[in-house]
Amino acid sequence: MANLYEMTATELGRVLAGKKASSVEITDAFLKRIEAMEEKVHSYVTVTPELALDMAGEADRRLARGEGGPLTGIPMAVKDNMCIKGQRTTCGSKILHNFVPPYDAQVVSRIREEGMVILGSANMDEFAMGSSTETSHWGTTRNPWNLDMIPGGSSGGSAAAVAAGEAAVSLGSDTGGSIRLPAAFCGVTGIKPTYGAVSRYGLVAYASSLDQIGPISRDVPDLALILNMICGHDPKDSTSVPRAHEDFTAFLDKPISGMTLGLPKEFFNKLASPDVERVVAETRSVFEGLGVNFVELSLPHLDYGIAAYYIIAPSEASSNLARYDGVKYGHRAAKFSSMIDMYCRTRAEGFGPEVKRRIMLGTYALSSGYYDAYYLKAAKVRTLITRDFKRAFEACDAIFCPTAPSPAFRIGEKIDDPIQMYLTDVCTIPVNMAGLPGMAFPAGFSADGLPIGLQLIAPHFEEARLIQLAAAFQRETDHHLKRPPL
Amino acid sequence: MEYEAVIGLEIHAQLLTDSKAFCSCTTRFGNEPNTNTCPICQGMPGVLPVLNRKALEFTVRMALACNCEINEVSRFARKNYYYPDLPKNYQISQYELPVAEGGWVEVETDDGIRRIRLTRIHMEEDAGKLIHDDHKPVSYVDLNRTGVPLIEIVSEPEIRSPEEAAAYLRALRSILVYLQICDGNMEEGSFRCDANVSIRPVGETNLGVKTELKNMNSFRNVQRGLQYEIERQTALIQEGERITQETRLFDPTTGTTASMRSKEQAHDYRYFPDPDLLPLRVPPPLVERIRNALPELAAQKKERFIKQFGIPPYDSGVLTASRDMAAYFEETVRLFPNPKIVSNWIMTELMRELKGEESGISRCPVPPKELAELLNLIGDGTISGKIAKTVFEEMYATGRGARTIIEEKGLLQVSDTGELTEVIRKILDDNPGEVAKFLAGKTKVMGFFVGQVMKVTKGQGNPAVVNRLLTEELKFRSLDK
Repeated sequence: MANLYEMTATELGRVLAGKKASSVEITDAFLKRIEAMEEKVHSYVTVTPELALDMAGEADRRLARGEGGPLTGIPMAVKDNMCIKGQRTTCGSKILHNFVPPYDAQVVSRIREEGMVILGSANMDEFAMGSSTETSHWGTTRNPWNLDMIPGGSSGGSAAAVAAGEAAVSLGSDTGGSIRLPAAFCGVTGIKPTYGAVSRYGLVAYASSLDQIGPISRDVPDLALILNMICGHDPKDSTSVPRAHEDFTAFLDKPISGMTLGLPKEFFNKLASPDVERVVAETRSVFEGLGVNFVELSLPHLDYGIAAYYIIAPSEASSNLARYDGVKYGHRAAKFSSMIDMYCRTRAEGFGPEVKRRIMLGTYALSSGYYDAYYLKAAKVRTLITRDFKRAFEACDAIFCPTAPSPAFRIGEKIDDPIQMYLTDVCTIPVNMAGLPGMAFPAGFSADGLPIGLQLIAPHFEEARLIQLAAAFQRETDHHLKRPPL
Repeated sequence: MEYEAVIGLEIHAQLLTDSKAFCSCTTRFGNEPNTNTCPICQGMPGVLPVLNRKALEFTVRMALACNCEINEVSRFARKNYYYPDLPKNYQISQYELPVAEGGWVEVETDDGIRRIRLTRIHMEEDAGKLIHDDHKPVSYVDLNRTGVPLIEIVSEPEIRSPEEAAAYLRALRSILVYLQICDGNMEEGSFRCDANVSIRPVGETNLGVKTELKNMNSFRNVQRGLQYEIERQTALIQEGERITQETRLFDPTTGTTASMRSKEQAHDYRYFPDPDLLPLRVPPPLVERIRNALPELAAQKKERFIKQFGIPPYDSGVLTASRDMAAYFEETVRLFPNPKIVSNWIMTELMRELKGEESGISRCPVPPKELAELLNLIGDGTISGKIAKTVFEEMYATGRGARTIIEEKGLLQVSDTGELTEVIRKILDDNPGEVAKFLAGKTKVMGFFVGQVMKVTKGQGNPAVVNRLLTEELKFRSLDK
């Protein structure tokens, strides 16, 4: 038997079903792997061995009674912005360095119901603001494929943990590419579901109209299992859509012959790397071999995506992050002379530079006299982008494009150049703007051995179509089976 | 030059829903600090609001009662400002698209009925309370009130005097209370009023520079604050000065207003649509359902009482001032179908016990059934009207029934002619001088005899019977002579 920590959730499910190992044994293997890897990779903000072994013990008891589902007993990581009752949840920030939520996020409740095992909270850019995990208060996560490289962000810890065998699967959140980018950079599979498909209750908000929780895994079958677990209406989230979802595992083996993939020219203008171009071409021919047609099309307003995003997301963030003021929880400045001074010092000490930058951007954009020129204009651009996609989907079943213009970059390379950092998300941001489901899947490697992930985008609530396409691709290829040389 | 005041009022009314606007915490008043709270109203990281449908229904109820247009789609917006009683540091409110717009309220003024038009009615959530330590530089936060649903009712700037402002407030409060969506308590802050005031020369159509008045927590203080502010502004203008646009705080102890913050210091609330709440849809069938369930309001009830019961407008106004009072009256009349007598009793005897507060009727220990019983006992001569008043006081004080009190205290009216004749004969025998006077034509002496009979019978002699027997007995003695 292979190392337990190298297996997918589906494989571990078979191990559990065949009683070849218990959940406690599996969890123990992962905890040991974490212990061995954390110094190099630093995927976690908080590892929770006690919680994990408790949950594993409970899972074993359920399995012994013949109860539980396909994921019961499988260890996973949760991004550090999802509230776990009684466990520190920091959102990668100093301002919440000591915050212990009194309640579970809806996805954490689902994890508990399913009987999965939480190994800990995965590292992330502070308040999910970043594309490299470098803005985390707890230090950067390293790319398991090359420890000098960033893992992508903001869910860098969630992606690196799965790639490094520190978790079988994980949850991330995606506001402008924060699941897909690190999944692509770390050689794993990740999906941002349709806005409203997964409850945001208990997800520490960055930009509420864009944030969406989704899974990261080694392959598509695992992704389908987790989607089955977390999708669904939640009355506690008013933006959650009351709609029954399909069984995503039912699409894993469906043929894709006759489907059409769209190639928006605006995405391919932006490629900065011959490696990505090569991998796009190779992937296209694999799909063509499976009977898929390609059609070129245009999303004319795509180029305004980043500009509009950097109005809307910071505007919402400036309001969402106002509650961190030192009054109720989290960090409070030790010395202050008045209430206002307490607010100022607490926030000056508690937030890092990127968070402050976005709070200032958003505060400015919402100011009286500027609202129409910035926020309102950006909201209109958003409508135009959504309309572009809708039109595009009249000609194709899904859109095929890169996840990022290039593979992972070096730690420190872009951290002092916010604009270059922001441009990393040029291919992912429009998907959030339109609320569409988007998936990143491993499609090849660069010349120097870094994973390259490509992206598939489907119409609203057509996650199943993405599962169907990527599962078919993974049956034909082995990129997703490669492991980093740790 | 003569000046006129231009006043617009912003009313905040706390809705009487069981739970808060965006979470399921109770809205009960007076619980231990921070016990009516949950992660949502505490503004914990990651929580989300879900609208209380009851709060929406109550808002629509008020909007329909005020003749507003209901917007089929409205939006919640965030009003951003930092204060420790506001845990999220933004208030969920409405800005560009409120639930309701337009509408009017009819107000009784000295010049008759006036229509005050409304600008809008929107929903929002209340903030918590700060409790300041008197001895240390420390403040405590109580979040029990945080998230309690409010409606804000904004009038057009067309109120012309402090009296009219007070009348408008009373009219609004009456509607809110009749609709059973707000208890209308200004002192406890469940019904609050801010005012925008400016003055302009009579005949001018443009508006002058306004000030905003806050902290007027009673009807009287609204009038005092407005009166002071109008005089202050008039004096300034007459001295050739300019009015500064600012927010001013009313001080109830001095009756004056003082600057709180200038226009430059005004907050920029950075309103934007709340992304956590979808556009609010109020489907027309829901509006119609609420419209059809609207109760009869004070003004309509007042007109009906005048027509149906033939009582004077003033009495009808008092009897319909509160919904409970009107119900009390109607129920009593059903059991004792003489509206005039019922009205008189409520207006005098009952109101005296309620110390003029119509709202006290809900706690009245004498139910309509008992009042009707008392009135029946007067009608059938069991007790006199005078005794009945004493009985009523006793009923109010003890909560016991009229019959029980009358029997226990032996207050039954004496109509027994034999018993009374005996008393009368004795009195006439004992007062031959007075009898002689009467027989000599001094009929005024009759009053003396009645008084004596009442004294002996401790007021229980049926006055009609006493009069008849006295007249008969005296007539008899004149013949006897």
